[in-house]
Amino acid sequence: MALTREQLAQRVAQELQDGFYVNLGIGIPTLVANYIPDGIEVMLQSENGLLGMGPFPTEDELDADLINAGKQTVTMATGASLFDSATSFAMIRGGHVDLTVLGAFEVDVNGNIASYMIPGKLIKGMGGAMDLVAGADNIIVTMTHASKHGVSKLLNKCSLPLTGKGCIKKVLTDLAYIEIKNGKFHLLERAPGVSIQEIIDLTAGELVIPEIVPEMNV
Amino acid sequence: MSGFNKVVASYEEAMSGLEDNMTIIAGGFGLCGIPEGLIAQIKSMGTKGLTIASNNCGVDDFGLGLLLPGRQIKKMIASYVGENAEFERQLMSGELEVELTPQGTLAEKMRAGGAGIPAFFTATGVGTLVAEGKEERNINGRDYILEESLIGDFAIVKAWKADRYGNLVFRHTARNFNPMAATAGKITVVEVEEIVEPGELDPNEIHTPGIYVNRLIKGNFEKRIEQRTVRSA
Repeated sequence: MALTREQLAQRVAQELQDGFYVNLGIGIPTLVANYIPDGIEVMLQSENGLLGMGPFPTEDELDADLINAGKQTVTMATGASLFDSATSFAMIRGGHVDLTVLGAFEVDVNGNIASYMIPGKLIKGMGGAMDLVAGADNIIVTMTHASKHGVSKLLNKCSLPLTGKGCIKKVLTDLAYIEIKNGKFHLLERAPGVSIQEIIDLTAGELVIPEIVPEMNV
Repeated sequence: MSGFNKVVASYEEAMSGLEDNMTIIAGGFGLCGIPEGLIAQIKSMGTKGLTIASNNCGVDDFGLGLLLPGRQIKKMIASYVGENAEFERQLMSGELEVELTPQGTLAEKMRAGGAGIPAFFTATGVGTLVAEGKEERNINGRDYILEESLIGDFAIVKAWKADRYGNLVFRHTARNFNPMAATAGKITVVEVEEIVEPGELDPNEIHTPGIYVNRLIKGNFEKRIEQRTVRSA
């Protein structure tokens, strides 16, 4: 079975380590905050100027001056700090964030990512995504493996305008956990009950299959 | 305006001197921390041909989106313009020009502009459409592009508290682009929730020193929430 959005978030959360500063993108990445393992401390960075983001507020706590990068109302965790946008992106560009999780439309075997623009169709903008992929070393891309029409999003070459060049090393899809190195996709794990053939069929880019491909623990 | 009293009496005075085809740097992230009254004043002035640098362009009926129906904006420099149907319509029809700029690059363009730095190298956008036409340089084995800084004829800023000297304190994530915008205007106009007595702000806790501020006005803010998300108590 393909992973649900919640399971994707659970699998990403297994990569969190005690003391990590983490930036979570909009969508599935945001859900990762719900699965921070017990016994570790993680600080969430929101690029609009908050380090130490807490959960959504109660009605009583609701504050228009306190939002996340998705413009949702949030709260501050103990130990939080507030800063301006230039400082926020100094953290990001300067490589001070330990883990970045973001979504994408396409990823290719050279670590290129396309996530912000479909020409002639969608003009929204890149927000902070270009800075995040350029600045972070440890990035996990989360997305569905293929479109709902069965078109692979893991390609030999991205077809859409790039968000970043050669910056992605790990992709978690609803079918597989994949590492990108030496110009190829390498299958690390598969979703429970998903066959290797299924993953091969939906991966357009060159895919290396090791002898043993464990099932994810979700 | 006199000496160190930056407080002006009216919105007309706050935005006086704004003319067609000028460039405005605006603080705010989404609808959070936006100078609501100053935007309303620009709308009522009907100034046209404006170039506006701001992370977003508001929504259809609030924030900078209010300047769209009157076709007041010629060019928008922003990182994300996704919540605005009229914006998208004007963009697709060619009535409006947009320069999509990565968020961190936009913040740094304002910061650098205010700090007298004409341009800077950044890895953000290398190998993407953002890099087109820009100087590229390899420094210590990594590719960077040259981004020019931004200066506005006006900067419009929203702060929480100020004193008459123009010292500013921002609140929570309503700070966002406002401190950089404040430094990057030839004339910086700040709209605040509260103007306190001189000496009341702790000098240790001032975010923006008054040297950057030319005009100050107390506003009344709606503070509209774009994505209201709550949990049960």
